[in-house]
Amino acid sequence: MNLFDFFVGPFVTYGFMSRALVGAVVIALSAAPVGVFLMLRRMSLTGDAMAHAILPGAGVGFLLAGLEILPMTLGGFAAGLIVALLAGLVSRLTIQREDTSLAAFYLISLALGVMLVSLRGSSVDLMHVLFGTVLALNNDALIMIGAVATISLVSLALIWRPLFAECLDPNFLRSVSGAGQAVHLIFLALVVLNLVGGFQALGTLLAVGLMMLPAAAARFWVKRLEALCLVAIGIGVASSYLGLLFSYYLSVPSGPAIILVAGAIYLLSLLVGNRGVIRTRLVPPRHRIA
Amino acid sequence: MAIELRDLTLGYDGHPAVHHLDGTFADGSLTAIVGPNGSGKSTLLKGITGILKPLGGSIERGKTPTRNIAYLPQSAEIDRSFPATVADLVALGHWRSRGLWGVITGTDYGAVREALEAVGLRGFEDRALDTLSGGQAQRALFARVMLQDADVILLDEPFTAIDEKTTADLIALMRRWHGEKRTVVAVLHDIHMVREVFPDALLMAREPVAWGSTAEALAPDNLLKARRMTEAWDEHAPWHEGHTHQHGRAA
Ligand SMILES: Nc1ncnc2c1ncn2[C@@H]1O[C@H](COP(=O)(O)OP(=O)(O)O)[C@@H](O)[C@H]1O
Ligand SMILES: [Mg+2]
Repeated sequence: MNLFDFFVGPFVTYGFMSRALVGAVVIALSAAPVGVFLMLRRMSLTGDAMAHAILPGAGVGFLLAGLEILPMTLGGFAAGLIVALLAGLVSRLTIQREDTSLAAFYLISLALGVMLVSLRGSSVDLMHVLFGTVLALNNDALIMIGAVATISLVSLALIWRPLFAECLDPNFLRSVSGAGQAVHLIFLALVVLNLVGGFQALGTLLAVGLMMLPAAAARFWVKRLEALCLVAIGIGVASSYLGLLFSYYLSVPSGPAIILVAGAIYLLSLLVGNRGVIRTRLVPPRHRIA
Repeated sequence: MAIELRDLTLGYDGHPAVHHLDGTFADGSLTAIVGPNGSGKSTLLKGITGILKPLGGSIERGKTPTRNIAYLPQSAEIDRSFPATVADLVALGHWRSRGLWGVITGTDYGAVREALEAVGLRGFEDRALDTLSGGQAQRALFARVMLQDADVILLDEPFTAIDEKTTADLIALMRRWHGEKRTVVAVLHDIHMVREVFPDALLMAREPVAWGSTAEALAPDNLLKARRMTEAWDEHAPWHEGHTHQHGRAA
């Protein structure tokens, strides 16, 4: 077997492999920049919470229509948005902080979602929803992923500047523009959108992996926002490709393989990145003078 | 332009932090706001910028929209670990003229460079924010205020934990804005500096204690009164006079 056969062969020979690659790469492309902003806003765990929140909506879609993409995606999107808005509302109306109310809502959602899917389906269906089936992406699913990525990237480009300002200096943005709140909501919608986009392939629980792990890893390599987004995309794409390759040759589940590769890249970056443990320990950092 | 406060009450979640404030920042005035930590100075500035809606009373800003107010938050509120360059931060000052989706042009970058030069940060455009010292970061924020080119300038503790050289440079800049007939309001802790630089002062202790010419507003009996009022509601509220380097809870 030559190198080409080894590295490219599976994707040429098998339609399901090439579709899986296209799907995962497009998800990585779209989700990684969103993950970068989540990380910079110190909302890394919010992505995780939202991923759980999608489940009851997808469950309702499943109850009504079975394992069909559109109903499950729309249901998941609606459920995710509702939880995000409710959590924000509770923190505004009561003394409870947003992280706590978010945790409460997503736990309710997770239980409700598992319950709903189990009502009609088997445990295989449940596994399907929770962990996805990147190797079974059909054309409808690919179109859905493409649409999600397009909407997401265009929206992100449109709100880039206010989002940047909102992260860096929220009070400044509030002093010059009333757009901060709207931008925050659009951003939350993008988080949910990318999670439902990824959930066909990776499942609700792992979709957040292609969002957060590349962003977290990129932080150890570069400093500028644009560079962070590009490096995160690169890491996401590489993880998708390598993960599928591992999955093919080692006969391991593809979703977890992709996320584990991203996880390995994260750990590697943590150790040897420009701003990782080894370099910042061997070469002491420049000290800030307050 | 003048800013008139009429029986203004501001606060958070329905709890007032500034009570029944009446008075005017006259057009082109240079006013210092002085008072212990927690006395509502930052809250008042947020009210004037429009970030906080009044719980009672009103703020008259004339015909000028709130966009014509440049506001410099207390430095602790800016995330300096954010991956941005000095130019990115300063260019936010173009917001009013460029709007939400406006394109930053080459001329705009020229303006950023000029503003950085004016605050003594020539050549700092591409430096990452997290490599700046506190004084340099404050200079950059002053450059952003310059770009905003606003009629009203509100500065919240601009000199806290800033070295003397930087403070002197930035005070000169503030005087220049005053000379350009802008209305400048700054929250300060250093009473000697206030007496030296600011014609007007507002002394706060949750409620306004005195507002007028600095000599009168910061007369010893007023300071004593503010101290007493402060002690009445919080025995441990820190009260600074003269130079301070400690710095209470950032709000
Ligand atoms: N975001 C906030 N939420 C609730 N209370 C606040 C907030 N910011 C300030 N406060 C309270 O309002 C009061 C006035 O605070 P502040 O205006 O920051 O005082 P100063 O700037 O004079 O130190 C304090 O009691 C403070 O605890
Ligand atoms: Mg304050």
